[in-house]
Amino acid sequence: MSEKPIKGEKRVFLTGNEVVAWAAVAAEADIMFGYPITPQNEIMHYWTRMAPRFNKRFLQTEDEISAGFTTNGGVLAGLKAFTATAGPGNTLMQEPISMAEMMRLPVVTIVQQRGGPSSATVIYSQQEVTLTTHGGNGEGMRVVYSTASHQELYDYTIKAFNTAWKYRFPTFVLGDGYQAKMREPLTIYDPEERGIEVVPSYKFIGGAGKPGVDRPPVQLRNIYNMEEELLEVLEEQFAEFGKISPDVAECEYFGCEDAEIVVTAHGVVARGAKSAVKELREHGLKVGYFRPITLRPLAVKELRDIFSKAKKVLVAESANGQLDQLLKYAAYGLTTEMVSLFKPGVGINSEDIYDKVKTMLEN
Amino acid sequence: MIKPSMPKSWRVDTKPHKFCPGCGHGLVLKALGQAIDELDIQDRVVFGCDIGCSLLAWDFFNVDTVQTHHGRTNPVMTGIKRANPDLICIGYMGDGGGYAIGSQHLVNAATRNEKITVILVNNAQYGMTGGQMAPTTLPGMKTETTPYGRDVDSTGYPCQGPEMVAAITREGAYVARATVVKPVPLKNYIKKAIQNQMEGNGFSFVECLSACPTNWRTNNVETINFVENEMTKYYHVGEIKVPPPKEPLKVKTWTKIPAMEVQKNG
Repeated sequence: MSEKPIKGEKRVFLTGNEVVAWAAVAAEADIMFGYPITPQNEIMHYWTRMAPRFNKRFLQTEDEISAGFTTNGGVLAGLKAFTATAGPGNTLMQEPISMAEMMRLPVVTIVQQRGGPSSATVIYSQQEVTLTTHGGNGEGMRVVYSTASHQELYDYTIKAFNTAWKYRFPTFVLGDGYQAKMREPLTIYDPEERGIEVVPSYKFIGGAGKPGVDRPPVQLRNIYNMEEELLEVLEEQFAEFGKISPDVAECEYFGCEDAEIVVTAHGVVARGAKSAVKELREHGLKVGYFRPITLRPLAVKELRDIFSKAKKVLVAESANGQLDQLLKYAAYGLTTEMVSLFKPGVGINSEDIYDKVKTMLEN
Repeated sequence: MIKPSMPKSWRVDTKPHKFCPGCGHGLVLKALGQAIDELDIQDRVVFGCDIGCSLLAWDFFNVDTVQTHHGRTNPVMTGIKRANPDLICIGYMGDGGGYAIGSQHLVNAATRNEKITVILVNNAQYGMTGGQMAPTTLPGMKTETTPYGRDVDSTGYPCQGPEMVAAITREGAYVARATVVKPVPLKNYIKKAIQNQMEGNGFSFVECLSACPTNWRTNNVETINFVENEMTKYYHVGEIKVPPPKEPLKVKTWTKIPAMEVQKNG
């Protein structure tokens, strides 16, 4: 038995990538498969440094396609396997994720968004929202947590493993280059001491007994002969995803009851939105704040309730409307005006949002 | 009525199998079934099949099976083996999956000497998609994308897969090329390739020369002739790399010559 990585609670000052590695260890992840790409590299660096101490394993593969498929293999064999990627790597990762979707494999992927399209920048963006929520040649049967702070990177990486193994849908933690590289104070902890159940893993294949004699063989496929066969599989997935969505969907909001303008943002931009809204409130202005934490599934009920009461919704994101698209789809039928503050691949701070809201109020 | 003999590890309820009449897959999978039976490893095998005609083997055996994506069987088998080294991972793919779309995975699994067994069926073209040129298509051979015959000046020469794998693997790897027209060595090479994984020596790879009468548009005689006489012009059948013996090979010397032998020789 390896030593318990974190006993009790500990106040630390870490980079986001280091936080993810610690969280994966705390979530009792067993094996990581990865391929270098900035800005996620240090997740592998810290994981490999901790690996011998905590009896963890790692394989550096030939590309992200292989990293994803070896992760699928690790999960099939019954281990909590995960990978991390970004940008063009996330593009390649969508192929193995689509297999995980089809077979309902609890694969965990950490994405630290960088600029796009193509190789773009290694720094930061929120341009992998569409890819991460709806990538692959499928229907987006996955859970995506968008984190805003290092504390959340820790909390939600642990939660991602639990969600994946509880519900059997591929699960993502969607961070970004800022969160990856920044250093911030946070509290790391043993989840069980906080009453968080660590969901155990189990074998999909290679169980006890002789197949065909003691038990039927486990035979997993991703290709079907007939249209109806596929539809049956998909409809079961949609039903299951729909059933779990209210339990999985998360959001946070304040000041929306009487708000004329609701500022909506996700991830690190939501931090700027939050402080801007607080400041505007201090000046007596009727402005609210809404942040989806899960981008898939969205907290549709809260979103529609809040948006329907506001006169205007300001959507701020470091992409050209990828979050906006998800929100508008969820808000279909509402007549609230949607205003945008898009800076694809560029950071948005509280001043940007504060100024934009002021202009909106003046007009 | 005499029933055809099937390996014990086959799933009888999914037979007759789904391959075309005259296809080589049935012979390779029979050899694999016999090897699994002889080694008595049905409860430890994980069979991974690729996309292409090999996908039709997804319910072929009474062993746990994962159908992967086109070219991605090697990384899935690698992940399973790394996660649970007690399992015996056998990847099954065609020449397109191994040498074209999944070549980076084959090269890197071989370079890392992954303790998995790969069986690659070479039928010189893409069967499932309707007979296009593969990396293994022979010079001059007509396919749907080389209707006037493969022109080596513009499309290159046939891929020498086992030779490449032999060149990039470390000691301990097992590499062979078998042919469906010689079922006994076919089974023996596959068996050795599985044993090599079980002994933890290294990457194990068997390419099997096979037939696709449907896309070749050949009759029985022409099909066998193509495998036996045309394919072997480029593909030499036999063991290409075997792990060195763990102990020195012992030579047996006679201390006493049997009287009969002396008489016969004298």
